[in-house]
Amino acid sequence: MSHDDVLNPKQMPHDPEKATLEGKNKFLGFWFFLGGETVLFASLFGTYLALNGSTQGENTPEHLFGLELVFIMTMLLLTSSLTSVYAMYHMKNHNFQKMQLWLVITVLLGLGFLGCEIYEFMHYIHEYEFTFRSSAFGSAFYTLVGFHGGHVLFGLSWITALIIRNQKRGLNLYNAPKYYIASLYWHFIDVVWVFIFTVVYLMGKVG
Amino acid sequence: MSTAAAQKSGFLATIWDYLTTVDHKKIAQLYLYTGGFFFLVGGVEAMLIRIQLMKPDNDFLSAGLYNEMITMHGTTMIFLAAMPLIFALMNAVVPLQIGARDVAFPFLNSLGFWLFFFGGVLLNVSWFTGGAPDAGWTNYAPLSTTSPGHGVDYYVMGLQISGAGTLIAGINFLVTIVNMRAPGMTYMRMPLFTWSTFVTSALILFAFPALTVGLFLMMFDRMFGSAFFDVALGGNVIIWEHLFWIFGHPEVYILILPLFGAFSDIFSTFSKKRLFGYSAMVFATVLIGFLGFMVWAHHMFTVGMGPIANSIFAVATMAIAVPTGIKIFNWLFTMWGGQIRMTAAMLWSVAFIPSFTIGGMTGVMLAAAAADYQYHDTYFVVGHFHYVIVGGVAFGLFAGLHYWWPKMFGKILNEKLGKLAFWPFFIGFHLTFFIQHFLGLMGMPRRYWVFLDGQGLNTGNLISTIGAFLMAIGTIIFLINIVYTAFKEPKVGGDPWNGRTLEWAIPSPPPHYNFAQTPLVRGLDPLWVEKMDGKKGMTPSEPLGDIHMPNGSILPFMMSLGMFIAGFGFIYQIDSSSWLIAVFIGMGITLGSMLTRSLKDDLGHHIHKEELERDIKKGAGK
Repeated sequence: MSHDDVLNPKQMPHDPEKATLEGKNKFLGFWFFLGGETVLFASLFGTYLALNGSTQGENTPEHLFGLELVFIMTMLLLTSSLTSVYAMYHMKNHNFQKMQLWLVITVLLGLGFLGCEIYEFMHYIHEYEFTFRSSAFGSAFYTLVGFHGGHVLFGLSWITALIIRNQKRGLNLYNAPKYYIASLYWHFIDVVWVFIFTVVYLMGKVG
Repeated sequence: MSTAAAQKSGFLATIWDYLTTVDHKKIAQLYLYTGGFFFLVGGVEAMLIRIQLMKPDNDFLSAGLYNEMITMHGTTMIFLAAMPLIFALMNAVVPLQIGARDVAFPFLNSLGFWLFFFGGVLLNVSWFTGGAPDAGWTNYAPLSTTSPGHGVDYYVMGLQISGAGTLIAGINFLVTIVNMRAPGMTYMRMPLFTWSTFVTSALILFAFPALTVGLFLMMFDRMFGSAFFDVALGGNVIIWEHLFWIFGHPEVYILILPLFGAFSDIFSTFSKKRLFGYSAMVFATVLIGFLGFMVWAHHMFTVGMGPIANSIFAVATMAIAVPTGIKIFNWLFTMWGGQIRMTAAMLWSVAFIPSFTIGGMTGVMLAAAAADYQYHDTYFVVGHFHYVIVGGVAFGLFAGLHYWWPKMFGKILNEKLGKLAFWPFFIGFHLTFFIQHFLGLMGMPRRYWVFLDGQGLNTGNLISTIGAFLMAIGTIIFLINIVYTAFKEPKVGGDPWNGRTLEWAIPSPPPHYNFAQTPLVRGLDPLWVEKMDGKKGMTPSEPLGDIHMPNGSILPFMMSLGMFIAGFGFIYQIDSSSWLIAVFIGMGITLGSMLTRSLKDDLGHHIHKEELERDIKKGAGK
């Protein structure tokens, strides 16, 4: 396939993200990468579960967490996963502008989530003096949730860069796989949050 | 870009070519040179340890320096010597064995190497900045979290950076083997070295993130005041042990499995027989890989996990002897009735079988949890793991290098010198480590910088040290052989060993596109199938046409350099927050390079048909 066919395909195939060998490789390689990320988060969850009782005082999970904010955050992130599915749907239908629009909405929802998380952390630090250093529970909490937040930040930067870079030239066989794996990443972040919501917040409040 | 640089001549152009290369064969050479260098560094450290233990109450090394020496010997040999040398063989051979023109992610291949390189350099810089890490290669907390100075910080940052490189390399080989195989190269036709690379890469993918997390926790505790391993604040030091061994036990299979694959190819080639029990060998490889994740806690029998946990891990550990036994017997049966050629590669391989079997046997002894309370942290353990790592991994690397040297460099390593290097190394190896089992059973603990006179340990330790010198002599002869071969040995053709697999179907060293036409694979040992049909080479599966190749790039080097700079920043920001500038500059370089990579199109280039035809006329490409 010549370069011109990749950048300006005469006809877009149904699965533009897997139309080239590079695209197929990226698709598979990214799934493997997410497998490794799963082990990474599993290790962090294991550490958290080992240390969530080591609160050294009154800043226990039950005392700290408020499910209202966490519910809003969950809704924001789950919805953003849905909007990124819409974006991929439009990619498969070769409707570039709609894909970009849905991705912008995804980024905005992600920013909303990140803003809530920063507010939550600030709240714990200033209202409760509950920090990264105050107990083993504090270290484990901020590390697990913070790693997830870092992933959100990275994902937002990545998707934003893709939106801006390709706004003028539209979809082609070179950037379609990039969009696709960015959306995979976003789904993965969402799945991890479901576990954080359950293990950290629900079990912390109820368990 | 890379072709333009390659056409320029001159020293600087060559340097630039290697800094930017994405060619798996050149990256293999980079891994070989760097891994070889660190192998020598680790070897010198080993010699210093053995000199210190040559006689009782020796004062050759101070206690603190001795701790640094054992830590750096272990860390260097595992992470900076054995793994990169294995990656050198994988990079040089695996794409050729499956009939591919390059790996799936050439750019990431380069990034993986440079991350390993800068991680290794960072770790070793610690020698010159006030002390190397000194908490053992296992770096147990709280010894590590309370170790003064910056040694352990270097351990954390160095391994974090090089570990990221290893993870990238693992993903790359997984995708390469799944997606890039030539037509007809089904999974059950893949050579064993490719199979073992595949399983190893899966182990890397699922094992290294545990180390990543462990190192992050250690980094946060040491540099940012968190309390994961600080018992006073409710921390738990056993978390480190679990995370380390969830990574660390698969790691030993990551080291040995590729060499199992190399031995399989070597036994088959030099016995002029197809591998005995091919499918059983594949099954055993996969099974060892799977069980490798189920046994990490056998390193922790004495921690106090309780009899049930200890029993489960003991039984799982012993179970690994079964697939390993399958392999040992299949290698023996491959040689049985074959036309054996005792080349240097074969010599190392044959020597591997009894050596490794002894290591496996002591492994089963250690797996018996109740008995392990006696062996734990004695020289018995040191003897055991050197029997599997030297007797398995080091022998395998020597064998693999002898076997594939002609493919990498176009010349056979001198056979006489090769065998001359083997004997002192082989005898020295058994002298060094066999006696250590008995020293351990007599109660000599590992990691002590002196032993006392009059406890019956003198002779054993002296013998061990003499053996270490013999191993050093063997290594030096091997190095002389490399130089001698480079200057004195003649060039050989593409298939000097009468090989069976695809890498021997192309010239040595191969052109940078490997196969002018992708070959059609018609069975196990594809080249042998064609030879038995009276053909000279592989049947192509496609007409001669333009070949798409990736472009070189300096970005992998820049990303890794950024991490290197940031690493210093993280280490020293405890002393002065102005070092945070180094963190920002370093991460800026890394993230900026990543952004550049994301935004700038890189579509590769084409090698045109006419150029290929010219190459073929000159004798290449077939």
